[in-house]
Amino acid sequence: MHNFQYHRASDVNDAASKLSACDDPKLLAGGMTLLPTLKNRLAAPSDLIDLGNIAALKGIAVEGKEVVVRAMTPHAVVAASADVLKALPALASLAGNIGDPAVRHRGTIGGSVANSDPAADYPAACLGLDAVIETNKRKIAADDFFLGLFETALQEGEIITAVRFKVPDNAAYMKFRHPASGYAVVGVMVAKYGSKVRVAVTGAGPHAFRVTEMEKALEASFTPAAIANIKVSPEQLMGDIHCSAVYRSHLISVYARRAVEQMTK
Amino acid sequence: MDIDVKMTVNGKAVTGKVEPRTLLVQFIREHLRLTGTHVGCDTTQCGCCVVHVDGVAMKSCTMLAVQAEGRSVTTIEGLAAADGTLHPMQEAFREHHGLQCGFCTPGMVMMGVDIARRLPNADEKTVRHQLEGNICRCTGYQGIVEAIMDASAKMAAKA
Repeated sequence: MHNFQYHRASDVNDAASKLSACDDPKLLAGGMTLLPTLKNRLAAPSDLIDLGNIAALKGIAVEGKEVVVRAMTPHAVVAASADVLKALPALASLAGNIGDPAVRHRGTIGGSVANSDPAADYPAACLGLDAVIETNKRKIAADDFFLGLFETALQEGEIITAVRFKVPDNAAYMKFRHPASGYAVVGVMVAKYGSKVRVAVTGAGPHAFRVTEMEKALEASFTPAAIANIKVSPEQLMGDIHCSAVYRSHLISVYARRAVEQMTK
Repeated sequence: MDIDVKMTVNGKAVTGKVEPRTLLVQFIREHLRLTGTHVGCDTTQCGCCVVHVDGVAMKSCTMLAVQAEGRSVTTIEGLAAADGTLHPMQEAFREHHGLQCGFCTPGMVMMGVDIARRLPNADEKTVRHQLEGNICRCTGYQGIVEAIMDASAKMAAKA
């Protein structure tokens, strides 16, 4: 790991002013991706600004029909939260299957969402559960947030403070879990809001995305059969050492169907 | 530029001067000379470096020493009682022969305690699932799983 200057932010404003004062800074959330990246010397920021001591960035609140998860809340806390288990069990289950227990004790929702790893789970939750990503500057709809491989709508100096999920009538997240890393080879979140349906996929493309064709079919008939013949074109998917784009396309259909099956059981 | 850190390790207040990039496991092993915590993979996968930070299992190879500022850290050296009486988890690993070469054992024991605290009386399937971030290349896990289940039951009965 190259060395860097370390700063402990006392609050979000302090973090923002440190961000603007440093030459090539990075925010440090749980560090579950950033620290391995630095160890491999794939990044060499001049400064790390640690958000770990900002109490206001931790915690979960249910506000009407929304679940608000503050940015520095670890996955294990989301997974075990009585509020999340009651209002949004699909989100608790998603959080409880990220990485391993020790990783879930440190990794945070804000870090995951800001990184936009193509195989991370939370981006599927953000898109599937019609989330709003709140920052120190504005609110960004999840639909406008994930722009590319490790690329988001976040601007320089912008810090995620919370993710606000809309509570659906019903939702399920199904994932083909990489057996070694726990990352999603393919993960699909299906959520039903009245007559509207959202289908969000992670692990398969350069970033999480929605499958509108499946959404329309499920809005017409919310049954596994309705999406049986809908395929996402492999041309827009990734092939890598783990599996081909064609296989990922197949997995999307299978895991979307399984999510609908769970919801209609 | 070195940074001063202070934290509590195994109940004792400790201080040190570290580079910002110093990992918590390096601080524990190289500065404090507590070499019971091991570095296996150094890539957040094997779990040999698991310690408790404020009572919660974390991989000390993927945490900076400066991130532990002001926290309470427990390593494998801090588990047994002051008179040397083994912690129930250590005793169960001995009883069930939950180790062969012993390299993964400190992390396994620390994770075992964490599992027992979070999920008292966990069944075998749960324990195996919870151990996915701890890799053992000798035992085939059988003795480890038995030890954790046994100690979990004893810890739950005592609590």
